[in-house]
Amino acid sequence: MASVTGQAWAGTDQGKPLLQLDRLSKSFGATRANEDVSLSIHPGEIHAILGENGAGKSTLMKMIYGVLTPSSGRIMWRGQEVAIQSPAVARALGIGMVFQHFSLFETLTVAENISLSVPESAAALAPRIAEFGERFGLPVDPSALVHSLSVGQRQRVELIRCLLQKPSLIIMDEPTSVLPPSGIPPLFDTLRKLAAEGCAILFISHKLDEIRSLCHHATIMRAGKVVGAVDPTRETNETLARLMIGRELPQPTRSPARPGENPAMELRGLSSIPSDPFGVVLHEIDLSLRPGEILGIAGVSGNGQKELASILSGETPLSGAGRDRVLIDGAACGHMNAGQRRAIGLAFVPEERNGRGAVPEMSLVQNTLLTAHPKGLVRRGLISRREAQTLAEQCIAEMNVRCHGAHAEARSLSGGNLQKFIVGREIKLKPKILIAAQPTWGVDVGAAAAIRQELIRLRDSGVALLVISDELEELMEVADRMQVIFRGRLSPSLSRAEANTAMIGNYMTGGFLQQPRGAQQVEAA
Amino acid sequence: MTWLTFLISGTLLAATPLLIAALGEVVVEKSGVLNLSIEGMMSVGAVTAFIVVFETGNHWLALAAGGVAAIVLSVVFACVVLFALGNQVVSGLAVGLLGIGIAGLAGGSYENMTVAPMARLQIPFLSELPVIGPGLFNHPLPVYLAPLLAVVLWWALKYSKVGLVVRAVGESPESANAVGYNVVGIRFLAIMFGGFLAGVSGAFLCVASSTLWADGMVAGRGWIVIALVVFAMWRVERVVIGAYLFGAASIAELLVQSAGISVPSQLMTSIPYIVTIVAVSILSMDGKRVRLNAPVSLGRVYLGTH
Repeated sequence: MASVTGQAWAGTDQGKPLLQLDRLSKSFGATRANEDVSLSIHPGEIHAILGENGAGKSTLMKMIYGVLTPSSGRIMWRGQEVAIQSPAVARALGIGMVFQHFSLFETLTVAENISLSVPESAAALAPRIAEFGERFGLPVDPSALVHSLSVGQRQRVELIRCLLQKPSLIIMDEPTSVLPPSGIPPLFDTLRKLAAEGCAILFISHKLDEIRSLCHHATIMRAGKVVGAVDPTRETNETLARLMIGRELPQPTRSPARPGENPAMELRGLSSIPSDPFGVVLHEIDLSLRPGEILGIAGVSGNGQKELASILSGETPLSGAGRDRVLIDGAACGHMNAGQRRAIGLAFVPEERNGRGAVPEMSLVQNTLLTAHPKGLVRRGLISRREAQTLAEQCIAEMNVRCHGAHAEARSLSGGNLQKFIVGREIKLKPKILIAAQPTWGVDVGAAAAIRQELIRLRDSGVALLVISDELEELMEVADRMQVIFRGRLSPSLSRAEANTAMIGNYMTGGFLQQPRGAQQVEAA
Repeated sequence: MTWLTFLISGTLLAATPLLIAALGEVVVEKSGVLNLSIEGMMSVGAVTAFIVVFETGNHWLALAAGGVAAIVLSVVFACVVLFALGNQVVSGLAVGLLGIGIAGLAGGSYENMTVAPMARLQIPFLSELPVIGPGLFNHPLPVYLAPLLAVVLWWALKYSKVGLVVRAVGESPESANAVGYNVVGIRFLAIMFGGFLAGVSGAFLCVASSTLWADGMVAGRGWIVIALVVFAMWRVERVVIGAYLFGAASIAELLVQSAGISVPSQLMTSIPYIVTIVAVSILSMDGKRVRLNAPVSLGRVYLGTH
């Protein structure tokens, strides 16, 4: 692969650039999402756009792909100035995009999905899909229904769909965020093969190791501006991080956990069939969570995390026979609904902020009331507005939430700020148990560090915490113990010392099941 | 005429309008739009067709006119739900009531008048077969065109690109937009198609099966059509079965009455509806099949990408 890298380098210095951005800016009202962004990409180059969430990476990509129109500046394609008004125009030019949130149709087959983007019929495409899969290491069954595929397989479908349009530039938005550790090297091999054939790749990420191992060039963005253009192979994680966030990468401080004796929450042999027929069946889940510790649940998304969280929170109460499967403080509570569990000291930060964690149309004060109403905010059936507002303002101040006051609508906050507010609100409830699903998903590095530090502080005060996360780095940082979920089964517990990336990676692809089928499962993941 | 001939013949005549309208509704719902105004569209189609036959005597022109009149009403519905982003349920009910009202108004001076029935097909040899001949092969041409249309639509939805696009838009308008399809345009055409077939269905009911105009003559068939589509889980082959099942049940009711079995007539009249409701409930119990066939975005307002 080193030679490929070398060739691409030579190309970038001598050949004509494929795409050039010249002082591109985009404003939304008073906010400047992109300001004077310039960069150029050559054929065969893997070019990283590195930046935190909210740095303006998505806005930039959307302008290149024709989803947004620039406020000012020029886009040059093969030396000609172009106006990319829609994704169709972008595709006609030869620009393809693989989305972070897939735009596939679950009830259609792989071939049908792909045929929606190209002129050929599904039947005619099947052999070509197989051929591309062979050539670029993207094996996938053309006749499989998309809903039955793993997230990694869906990404392959997206990539094949993109490749069939013969693009000369592919934009990949955080492609590794949906893959298990073992799925990343094959993807990188595919991308290197594509680059070797002359395809340019714009690789959006905030993961420093990946950029250093894959990319030839990196453009670093912060607050909508380009703050650096470097050769990532010559940088270290520290120097890249400093460019990306403008200061040192914050590291949480932690002391060894001192967990209590009696479990605060337990699951005993819990099996559950979800009401959603495309959901994941949970098998014989055993789990014990003690006060003063953080238990991390790792796993590739779509392996039962949602179902597990919904059973823990009480959103899916269990019927009579299942009541002994869930215990809080030793008492059976499987039959209790979410409200009843909150009343006995459980707090929950769900994965979706808008809609489950908070009601988008309601103000922060009203959103505070939703879960904090038993904390003296309601008297004789009437809301004590002043106290609710005080509590909301405390959450805003303590978590450093950026918003227009406590009466701002929840939907007016950025994802990261809303998440900080929700975590703050749940902490204010002084829970005994806190369940947090993807607590820092889509949150910028600074805010994520603040949230993680807050989780550790909560642990030190004796709260039992369970954190479900797709980001292994996050769990490595906060968790005292880890368990891995794979196809609805939970692995044995690993201590901090045992939980290295290789071990967790093995568990994430079913290694803990020790069945002869193990090898196939690695293949399919 | 034996009772069997009567049963076969009646079933075909009763089922045809249901089948035609339901096929249109399948397409509309597959594109993600719930059109509850079928009853109104059928009424408008019926009254238009009646007036055209009454004035010109041309039944084929009447069927076409009924379809076109219902298209006009469906455009109103499409504008409300696709451009004004109206709630599909409420808009459908409102447009449906509008259609019923218009039909009553337009047909006021034709109340209880009759026209000549549509010409029946005489097929040499087949039509002369005992029992089956007059039962199966002695009907106006649309009776045979309807199942043919079902085959075409079944194929189109399953195998053609157009069908694939309609299904994709119904499952995820956001994704369809992301891969470059005009969601609103496709839904608009689907609604017009559904409107046309609903109109033709009403027209057939009026000028081929009953030959009489009376206000309210569609008599809830538009609602049965909507139930049929759900009962069939948006699958054309099941719509066909459902339509003929309902048709047979409504004829069986007459047979039982004529046989002199003393069952309250109200109960008998309700049997086709009960059969349909029970069938809907039983067939919808398999959650996985429903998820695979139901248009996921059905009834949801599509806001576009902003």
